[in-house]
Amino acid sequence: MTVLDTEPASAPSGDALVVLDHVDKHYGDLHVLQDINLEIKRGEVVVVIGPSGSGKSTLCRTINRLETIDSGTITLDGKELPAEGKGLAKLRAEVGMVFQSFNLFAHKTILQNVTLGPMKVRKLKKSEAEAEAKKLLDRVGVGAQAAKYPAQLSGGQQQRVAIARALAMRPQVMLFDEPTSALDPEMVKEVLDVMVSLAKEGMTMIVVTHEMGFARVAADRVVFMADGQIVESNTPNEFFDNPKSERAKDFLGKILKH
Amino acid sequence: MDLFSEYGSAILEAFLLTLRLAVFSGTFALLLGVVLAVFRVSPVPVLRWIGAAIVYTFRNTPLTLVMFFALFGLVYQLHIYGPPEEVTLSLSEQNFWMAVLALSVYTSTFVCEVLRSGINTVPLGQAEAARAVGLTFSQNLRLIVLPQALRSVLNPLASVIIAMIKNTTVAVTIGVVTATGVNEASGQMRTMMENEPNQIVLIFIIFSIGFMLMTLPVGFLAGWASKKFAVIR
Repeated sequence: MTVLDTEPASAPSGDALVVLDHVDKHYGDLHVLQDINLEIKRGEVVVVIGPSGSGKSTLCRTINRLETIDSGTITLDGKELPAEGKGLAKLRAEVGMVFQSFNLFAHKTILQNVTLGPMKVRKLKKSEAEAEAKKLLDRVGVGAQAAKYPAQLSGGQQQRVAIARALAMRPQVMLFDEPTSALDPEMVKEVLDVMVSLAKEGMTMIVVTHEMGFARVAADRVVFMADGQIVESNTPNEFFDNPKSERAKDFLGKILKH
Repeated sequence: MDLFSEYGSAILEAFLLTLRLAVFSGTFALLLGVVLAVFRVSPVPVLRWIGAAIVYTFRNTPLTLVMFFALFGLVYQLHIYGPPEEVTLSLSEQNFWMAVLALSVYTSTFVCEVLRSGINTVPLGQAEAARAVGLTFSQNLRLIVLPQALRSVLNPLASVIIAMIKNTTVAVTIGVVTATGVNEASGQMRTMMENEPNQIVLIFIIFSIGFMLMTLPVGFLAGWASKKFAVIR
């Protein structure tokens, strides 16, 4: 594991920021999310783990409505997600998203990737947006690459830019959908380090990942999903050392043996 | 070379008319093509249907028919310029703009389909990331998807424009002439072939060179631009 040399995150103390209430979703016959109830407090870092096909990525994507849901409700800061249109775009601006495949805008420079949202959505002036973007890029350690295009950067650098791009919107919550799964092993740490520092600063985070080290270090809570259901939800230490369900024991047995 | 001394200025005038036809039609075709492509990928079903109906109709109708319809249908029967006795537009201007209309609409359907295939080359993640940042549908299309789509289809787009430049010759069917009565290039070529039947090979060479002077730069420009603006993934 990669980042075991840092302190555990402090416990969250805020009110409920993201609330999923009886959420169901089907892909044709597949019941991919089954009666999901989940509450994420302001400042809380929740790591979602589970076998592939368990619905954890789908869960993550429903929170900014990149995936629609069939029934139930999802609220952000007490307000239900709008179905579409300008309201939805506005909500998405409040929710930062980091994808497995980075998805940096391929025809824009690194700096433009980070300033686009602030200029077009938050309506900042170019100079303000650029000043903010440069600070964020420095913070994630890619300030020197600002004039380059995404394809000229390594995967780890691209993912850190993607984090900066999301942060530039000053989101209330950050979603991470397997942010290190497409990275070469030697680049995983540089991305996780950024995420750990974010967690320590009190950012509310929902992280779908296979990085158990990150979960132990940065998470306030681990949510274990299997077959579209939340099977277990506990503190990282409790979950990894004393998993309650057979499904979780079986999963941890398979991934921690090596 | 007395062909040039006799017809030189007429040939030049004819090609300038053809060029004018091509520039107006090309500009409108590109603009309308973008609009049609946006319609065809829009989340609003009615817009998608309208886009599809226009594309299916004009892409599958011969240009000659479209051109005839523009002049004889729209002008002579439906009086889009108003009642014939009140039209102040000269005959040459009227026919010219009808040719532009026919060429633009006809070509825009091909532009639309090329753009649409370009949109399909843009990875879904690009649009998802744009949505996640909070861009609206139109911002997403304008700032992220279309610029990338356009860059990936510059070469096929050039083929459409080259075909359009050559299609300006169809305008001879509705008689597009300058104010001084000179036909566009293909009309002028026909006139010269009738007047100089023993110079036909030379006439062919002159006119094909004239067209290549217009079409070759389009292809070269597109090739250069698609390299310069290529989106590296």
